Amino acid sequence: MKEEKKQLSQKTDFHRENFIRRTRYTTVFVLLLLTFCVITILNINTGNVNISISKILKILFCHAGDQTEYNIIWKIRLPRILMAAILGGALSLSGFLLQTFFENPIAGPFVLGISSGAKMVVALTMIYFLGQLKTVSSYTLIIAAFIGSLISIGFILLISRRIKHMATLLVAGIMIGYICSAITDFVITFAEDSDIVNLHGWSQGSFSGMSWSNVGISAAVVAVTFMLVFFLSKPIGAYQLGEAYAQSMGVNIKVFRVALILLSSILSACVTAFAGPISFVGIAVPFIIKCALGTSRPLVVIPATFLGGAVFCMLCDLIARMAFAPIELNISTVTSIFGAPVVIFMMLRRKRGQ
Amino acid sequence: MEHAYFQLQKLAVGYDGRALIHDICIEIQKGEIVTLIGPNGSGKSTILKSITRQLRLIGGKVIFEENNLQELSYKKLATQMAVVLTERMKPELMTCHDIVATGRYPYTGRLGVLSREDEKKVEGAMEAVHASELGSRDFNAISDGQRQRILLARAICQEPDIIVLDEPTSYLDIKHKLELLSILRNMAKKKNITVIMSLHEIDLAQKISDKIVCVNGDVISHFGKPEDIFKEDTIRKLYGIDNGFYDPCFGSIELPKVEGKPEVFVLSSGGSGIPVYRQLQKEGIPFAAGILYTNDIDYQLARLLAAEVITAEPFSQITDALCEKTMAAMKACKRVCNAGITIGYSNRRMEGLLRQIGIET
Repeated sequence: MKEEKKQLSQKTDFHRENFIRRTRYTTVFVLLLLTFCVITILNINTGNVNISISKILKILFCHAGDQTEYNIIWKIRLPRILMAAILGGALSLSGFLLQTFFENPIAGPFVLGISSGAKMVVALTMIYFLGQLKTVSSYTLIIAAFIGSLISIGFILLISRRIKHMATLLVAGIMIGYICSAITDFVITFAEDSDIVNLHGWSQGSFSGMSWSNVGISAAVVAVTFMLVFFLSKPIGAYQLGEAYAQSMGVNIKVFRVALILLSSILSACVTAFAGPISFVGIAVPFIIKCALGTSRPLVVIPATFLGGAVFCMLCDLIARMAFAPIELNISTVTSIFGAPVVIFMMLRRKRGQ
Repeated sequence: MEHAYFQLQKLAVGYDGRALIHDICIEIQKGEIVTLIGPNGSGKSTILKSITRQLRLIGGKVIFEENNLQELSYKKLATQMAVVLTERMKPELMTCHDIVATGRYPYTGRLGVLSREDEKKVEGAMEAVHASELGSRDFNAISDGQRQRILLARAICQEPDIIVLDEPTSYLDIKHKLELLSILRNMAKKKNITVIMSLHEIDLAQKISDKIVCVNGDVISHFGKPEDIFKEDTIRKLYGIDNGFYDPCFGSIELPKVEGKPEVFVLSSGGSGIPVYRQLQKEGIPFAAGILYTNDIDYQLARLLAAEVITAEPFSQITDALCEKTMAAMKACKRVCNAGITIGYSNRRMEGLLRQIGIET
């Protein structure tokens, strides 16, 4: 009788547990969405030119208003905000995938030198195309970034196969990052092109100067990749227990690993192609999101990470634009200030955990 | 002839194309518990990894229910075979319930959401390993014993026909070892699940297994029933024990005896000598023991630890010759210690012996 009662209480406990969890997930999502909205409004509203909220709403929904203000909002601020959201989400998600792949919470596209690899190939491509053809399409840039990502990741994989140590992996990534950045800087220094200023700004990371066609292309690429990642959440969950267990659960490890690498490369390539390398977002956001949700279950973490990354980058972009207006900061400057402490905190916590 | 349920045919296993162990031929019936024993680094894990398809086979094949294991899809295999591995997993922010629930992976839909049915099976598996109360605890925050039980629950939850466990009892204390093994025993007998595992504790292996595989470096040196395998010689050779003893009756291991001229003569019977033997052994004093009937439990240990043992056939009368021999042995020692000898009808002459050297009974 007592035994039965005990069991019953455990079962109800378990259901309560489930309920608490779902409530927590919902709360996090609602909060993220709210912040998203607030920051979007703030972002549209702030700038060198002040436009009142009523005017903004008119311009947004009725397409009516002063022509300059209309242009500022529709041609400058909106695409920039959307781009920050899309690319921020993509970057965080890419970080999450890499962390899963390397079973290492400090892995991310920037730390592992993947962003820098992408940057290098994009810079070379840009210089070549601008020199020869005077134009370069967004697709070419994405493909170039993708190739660059794969080159970096290839090196990392080569090294990680030989030395299975977390710290070594990161050191290797950072070194690859430096080498790629050095080559990029070298090329930029000697490039005889009027776009050099542009190139220089881009190679430091920035969301400025985004066009609607950029937004469209990156939205399409990121949306498709996001869906693919989302549908991989089941094997990602299995992989979190380690390769051997995942395989014993029926995951085809080889195919899965390739998929992870390709998807995370596409995501970070897309970011680098448009906004240049952006640091720490890929590590900090997934960590914060997992802590907030209290789980690492991919089914909830994947969309939340994306949303979180979007919010984080929009906020950082807002700060980059406004902190010392009219001078604009590099986006990486801001993300580093917020992201790096999070990473340090993570490492301290891990040490303590061990 | 009935086909064996799980067969290893001329299997060669190893890493990077080089075979470490070859010509493995083993047949396992459904519901059997098969244990791999052998020294560290002998390749027990390599064999287990190969039959779970984590390692590519170098040669031969594994036949499972008349299918070639290599040709089964991972997904199909997942519904038939579950594993508990040695590698420590450090999942982030996962409760024990989450870990167990991953066992349902082969049965859930595309997004891996558990159905009510799945939830019930998760709870059932946790009850089977007596871990229901751990459900909401963080997996990283529980003890090794609990962790091992949770991993076993995960495997049970996968509803396999075969469970493969690599050293499931390492890190566990005695209580949890016994608990884990009795759960496995229950599973094998009640649900007819085949258990293949490696164990370091040969005493436990002897007691739980239906079949034993001795892995010895590059070949399987023995395969068979525990009673055929657990002989002193076989075990000593398998583990290369040259400074100690293995007692097949109790599966216990003893340190080497203290050699030399006996300094103490221990009189005992029915187990009363055992603590004295051990103490003398620890202090490094060579000793003699007697008169022990060869069916006395003291004899089993004295045989391994005493420098000299004076024995008598079970239930026989003690002869004059034996008396004299004992007397001489006692006189040769510096001390005679009566650890508690029981005197009955057949050994009543001991009384006289004791009196002669001044010990009252």
